Amino acid sequence: MNQGAFEMSEHFHNHDPNSGHSENEQHIVGPATYGLIFGALLVGTAITIGASYLEMGAWNPVVAIAIACVKATLVVLFFMHIKYSSKLMKLTVGAGVFTFLILVGMSLSDYISRAWGQW
Amino acid sequence: MDSQAVATTPEVHGHDQEHPAYLRHHFVSYEQQTETASFGMWLFLLTEIMFFGGLFTAYLIYRNWYFPAFVAGSHQLSILLGSFNTLLLITSSFTMAMGVWCAETKRHSGLVWSLIATLILGIGFLGIKTIEYKEKWDKHHIPGSSFSVQSFVNPDSDEEAKAAHDKPLGLDMARKTEVYFSLYFAMTGMHALHMIIGIALLCGMLFKAIRGGYMDGNIAFVENFGLYWHFVDIVWIFLFPLLYLISRHG
Repeated sequence: MNQGAFEMSEHFHNHDPNSGHSENEQHIVGPATYGLIFGALLVGTAITIGASYLEMGAWNPVVAIAIACVKATLVVLFFMHIKYSSKLMKLTVGAGVFTFLILVGMSLSDYISRAWGQW
Repeated sequence: MDSQAVATTPEVHGHDQEHPAYLRHHFVSYEQQTETASFGMWLFLLTEIMFFGGLFTAYLIYRNWYFPAFVAGSHQLSILLGSFNTLLLITSSFTMAMGVWCAETKRHSGLVWSLIATLILGIGFLGIKTIEYKEKWDKHHIPGSSFSVQSFVNPDSDEEAKAAHDKPLGLDMARKTEVYFSLYFAMTGMHALHMIIGIALLCGMLFKAIRGGYMDGNIAFVENFGLYWHFVDIVWIFLFPLLYLISRHG
């Protein structure tokens, strides 16, 4: 009974608006992290501009898009706090990006794999 | 046991308990309330990603079809101005992130200055975009009845085309540069529209912040605006290489 009452009070304690709720607790990202990511984004921009002056044939767009994906991931994880968010948020964003890739990827593969001009 | 639980419930959920006025009654905690708001914001941003994804897909397919026209069209853009705009936008994302941190840690002047910096950088971006659009207007590179293929059928007559060592395109292919510029204006225009909306929201937020707003812990608006602003930055992170950079080499 005592044990039960204790658990009960713990349970209600978590619903207290003024107490931290461990699962949803906000993680504050500080200036040091933001500065580091800002630096990484600037380096990424410099690399992508530099790479565009190299002759890599079909690899030029691939490299450019790969660097852009890395930069976008850094923005999402740190500037947009997804690294410190709940599993629900991570899964939602992941599912959204996955759906996006299916839509774009399937559309592109359809256009690429058609026998253009052969009918 | 049960009766005990019933007896304690009103104390916790009733109005005897002190809680901030901005905590809506149907949320158990402010953390739950902000997570709900952020969740909604993310769902909106995911629809935006799908929307821009359609434009990106159209761009990639047409680039594949009319490759020489897209290379020649891309050579008309200034890498210098594009790079500078990228710098402005990434810096504005950083200042906005700092603004969110200042709001979270209740730093009033820090928040105000972060928002001012973000605002100036955002307006600077649009200013440079205007310079770029003006050049397209002057050279008749805006799609429509006054569109001119002069730069592409006779590259030696065009400063940018000459600098990129463009070869003359046949009239059929040269006319497809209009498709490139249609997509260029659709994508950068949609991005710029998002910037303009963001700047309007930013002005309202700055007005409230100067008067001491967001210092009571109710910073959901600042956080969700931050998400929107970073999203606009991400769109540009992809637009810049696709439109300006990848066609440097035909």
